[in-house]
Amino acid sequence: MALQVGIRGTNIVVLGVEKKSVAKLQDERTVRKICALDDHVCMAFAGLTADARVVINRARVECQSHKLTVEDPVTVEYITRFIATLKQKYTQSNGRRPFGISALIVGFDDDGIPRLYQTDPSGTYHAWKANAIGRSAKTVREFLEKNYTEDAISNDNEAIKLAIKALLEVVQSGGKNIELAIIRRDQPLKMFSAKEIELQVTEIEKEKEEVEKKKSKKPN
Amino acid sequence: MALQDVCKWQALDTQGPSPHLPEAGGWAVPRGCDPQAFLRIHGPRLAHGTTTLAFRFRHGVIAAADTRSSCGSYVACPASRKVIPVHQHLLGTTSGTSADCVTWYRVLQRELRLRELREGQLPSVAGTAKLLSAMLSRYRGLDLCVATALCGWDHSGPALFYVYSDGTCLRGDIFSVGSGSPYAYGVLDRSYRYDMTVQEAYALARCAVTHATHRDAYSGGSVDLFHVRETGWEYVSRSDAFVLYMELQKTPGLEQEQELEAEASQVHPESATPQDAEEGGELFVEPEEMTTGDSRIIIAKTKMM
Repeated sequence: MALQVGIRGTNIVVLGVEKKSVAKLQDERTVRKICALDDHVCMAFAGLTADARVVINRARVECQSHKLTVEDPVTVEYITRFIATLKQKYTQSNGRRPFGISALIVGFDDDGIPRLYQTDPSGTYHAWKANAIGRSAKTVREFLEKNYTEDAISNDNEAIKLAIKALLEVVQSGGKNIELAIIRRDQPLKMFSAKEIELQVTEIEKEKEEVEKKKSKKPN
Repeated sequence: MALQDVCKWQALDTQGPSPHLPEAGGWAVPRGCDPQAFLRIHGPRLAHGTTTLAFRFRHGVIAAADTRSSCGSYVACPASRKVIPVHQHLLGTTSGTSADCVTWYRVLQRELRLRELREGQLPSVAGTAKLLSAMLSRYRGLDLCVATALCGWDHSGPALFYVYSDGTCLRGDIFSVGSGSPYAYGVLDRSYRYDMTVQEAYALARCAVTHATHRDAYSGGSVDLFHVRETGWEYVSRSDAFVLYMELQKTPGLEQEQELEAEASQVHPESATPQDAEEGGELFVEPEEMTTGDSRIIIAKTKMM
């Protein structure tokens, strides 16, 4: 299961995903793990891609049904509850197996408050400030617990960097294997291109070097 | 629920909002006869006359109505309540068949309460209007007559929707519903502004309903006035329609009208519960028997109360 990281900033929500290396002849664009559910909500999943496709389809339809009947866009909590209820139904009916995915759902509510939720195959959901799921999630979560500070998330750029740093803890080959998406308040989902991710990674490496330099200067 | 069984009404999918509406229940009619034709020929002649109005402005939504329930040419009740509270931030003015209105408002209250418990917050007025019109449109063609204006305050501020039992659901700034509505619209269209003060709004609402009761035979009795603010709805006053009309005749200017009506509403105790304002209905007197002397006496009596 590929690693996923979600971070809830003050004005931004960030989803980062470890991308498996793509075979030479394969088209990269078909291997997306971050999907928009509506203009203001998106989710990343870890697990069986085929199961995720079904869940995402149902969630997208539900977002529009909600708008039709209640005249308001879904809150992140509502759509998370819908996905969790759907998953739970499949744990309690005969002839079906549970959906084999964990999902990180991020977005902004109508009142402008950012949210991050995680669901698992049993159908439970929890709200998080920052979380990781998938391969080596424990290590990454510990990293996030150490580095998630109010300063780190108040600046949009810092929040993005934190997500990438968390991914780089585990992802070996650097920026090439990272997929990143952000939602800013009142703006639609933005997927980062490979170039933009490289820019962020080089900045992070520069900062690391500067910190190393300062450390090595001190004893002198 | 007993009410649900009587109406043979099926609750919609309890998991949440669903675009699929259930089939309308079958009606017991003679074989070979479609329900609409049957009702047209044999159905009861139900009451329809009224004047209700609602408009939204900067400081909330005003809802006003007369209090006469007529059944053909017979006044069934001179002091009925046509503005129904749904929850703390939502009122509905009712017109059409009073029985239908009251029943469907109770069903609406139930649905809203369930949604509030499920979602942690009440639906917006737009969502409520959509819900009511969806519930009513299942009975389209079966002689339901509910013409109502939902007046509320939600996250988008003051909100006003008109819902009719054929499924119409309209958002707007001014609505007047009922047989007296053309007269009320005349007065409202003349003086309505979004930036009115609260007192100006009260005066305008009372003036519009009063003029409608003067000309429309099926409207009369008293004038109920409600105001939905950010903090919830408030029952402003119940004033006798004829007394108000006499006062309006004496004071043609709108500014003078405001002063007089501010006085008149101070005489009637401003209470939160409609029950306390029942006295308004008892002052009703047939207009033809009135002389100017009598009107002075009635105004004096009103002021003494």
